[in-house]
Amino acid sequence: MTIRSHFRTTLVVLAAITLALFLLSLTIGPADVAFSDSLHALFGGGEELLVLVMQEIRLPRALLGLIVGATLGLSGAALQGYLRNPLAEPGLIGISASASLGAVVAIYTGLSALFMLALPLMALAGAMLAVLVLKAMAGVDGRPLTVILTGIAISSLAGAMTSLVLNLSPNPFAATEIMYWMLGSLTDRSMPHVWLVLPFTAAGWLLLFRLGRALDALALGPDAAASMGIDLARVQWLAVAGTALSVGAATAVTGAIGFVGLVVPHVLRPLVGAQPSRLLPASALGGAALLLCTDTLVRVIAPDRDIKLGVLTAIVGAPFFFWLVWSHRRAGL
Amino acid sequence: MSILTIENLSATLAGKRVVDGVSLTVGKGSFTGLIGPNGAGKSTFLRACLGLVPASGMVRLDGVDLAGLRAAERARHLAYLPQERETAWAMSVEAVVALGRLPHHARFAAPSERDRAAIEAAITRMDLSAFRYRAVTSLSGGERARVLIARALAQETPVLLADEPLAGLDPQHQIALMRLFRELAAEGRIIIASMHDLTLAARWCDRLLLLHRGRAHAEGRPEAVLTARTLEDVYTVEAFIGAAAGGLIVQPVDLSQKKDEDDHG
Repeated sequence: MTIRSHFRTTLVVLAAITLALFLLSLTIGPADVAFSDSLHALFGGGEELLVLVMQEIRLPRALLGLIVGATLGLSGAALQGYLRNPLAEPGLIGISASASLGAVVAIYTGLSALFMLALPLMALAGAMLAVLVLKAMAGVDGRPLTVILTGIAISSLAGAMTSLVLNLSPNPFAATEIMYWMLGSLTDRSMPHVWLVLPFTAAGWLLLFRLGRALDALALGPDAAASMGIDLARVQWLAVAGTALSVGAATAVTGAIGFVGLVVPHVLRPLVGAQPSRLLPASALGGAALLLCTDTLVRVIAPDRDIKLGVLTAIVGAPFFFWLVWSHRRAGL
Repeated sequence: MSILTIENLSATLAGKRVVDGVSLTVGKGSFTGLIGPNGAGKSTFLRACLGLVPASGMVRLDGVDLAGLRAAERARHLAYLPQERETAWAMSVEAVVALGRLPHHARFAAPSERDRAAIEAAITRMDLSAFRYRAVTSLSGGERARVLIARALAQETPVLLADEPLAGLDPQHQIALMRLFRELAAEGRIIIASMHDLTLAARWCDRLLLLHRGRAHAEGRPEAVLTARTLEDVYTVEAFIGAAAGGLIVQPVDLSQKKDEDDHG
């Protein structure tokens, strides 16, 4: 069938772009090294210092860009499909805000200085707490509106608590550290971060990818979906738990990175015939490509100013969203 | 011979008993109109049959208790056309019709020959071939209604339950839809559809179930159900009821002078 093969082509092109950007991310950085030398060093060949740079600095950064970007794109597509709302994104159901709160508390209490994984672990704990509240509030029938409203309440509360921590922070240095962390970045992450994030994100992806059929059916509304044999309570559980595991872990190591989960599904939707199940893999690839691209730009634009990744995604994402709203409005007239 | 038996079906929503002990037995080939005023419990009755709301009582198809089946298995017996016709995304007509096959094939399995045949048959039957690759969101209300019916047909179930399928359609589309339901019934399906247009209900349905405050107020052939007396009791309207070629014409003309006793008692 023509539509099916068209979909395959889209995925192959997206995968090729992602791979190219992954290689670009590996080979661009302050240490000015030739492309072939850096790839050689990646596998342990050549100069010792360069091997260290490639394996300990560049590789984890590029891997995290790939993993976190895919997570944001995938969960954005899954949540938009589940909530039947093109404005949904991982931040909407309160996962990012609670994970941030956990991380901020880790910095505030000094735990993060004591051992490296305290911060991501606290952030994960924050995300899981948000899931428990979502489950308790949303009830058994799995209607999306309750999830949205609960998520907004969780986000507001977590945001307020984060402000309180900033407010109470003992000295300007702690406050600055918290602020910088919250901006979202892939700088100075190491392989242990990758190993920490990988199992959680992989588990989350597995849950989110199982949503495909249900999301297609939900396009016709919850009642129609249920009448076609879709278990709405199970769908809610997959969407919330999958997002919490993957986005919770992603936020835990990189901070909150906005707009990727919102914009990527929007851009790719027309390319996959607007079918939610097809949007899942496409958005995962698109998210990875966008984050790798932005993270490379961060290094190219101002190598010595350490522009934070989350800042750049918002600066690029927000105007893009203006354009999107504008073109939608024109199409609607 | 398929027989759908609904026994003593009751459903309670937010502490209020919305459907109260309704029973109905319909055989294959029948097209039953579900009528009654707003809030009489028509939608909840249909949703309770489908297991979409917690309900007590029994819904059986050829003796099989439908509540005891897994959701996907139940979906191979009952198809449902909800009142809501919004499609969240600009999916193609073909993709929407294909959703009807979800209960039939395993997760991640590619569509089988049988699936494709069912989708093709539904698209052809609803005359959608020209729209096949168009986005459903770009279609008119009448066209969109046809796509959703095709989706339900692709589900290939012996029973179709439709909630106000006539709402928002012009007379031409309304009559075409009633004709289709009658044909589908004649092919051996069981059709139950809720509706407000009493003339269309009288002319096209072979049976009517009149719900009033959650209970079955009257049930049977249209001429037996649609009397001046029941219309006054249930809808509190005076109606002109006339016989014409092809069935009754039921036209409410004014509010009834007689006060509904229950309102004061």
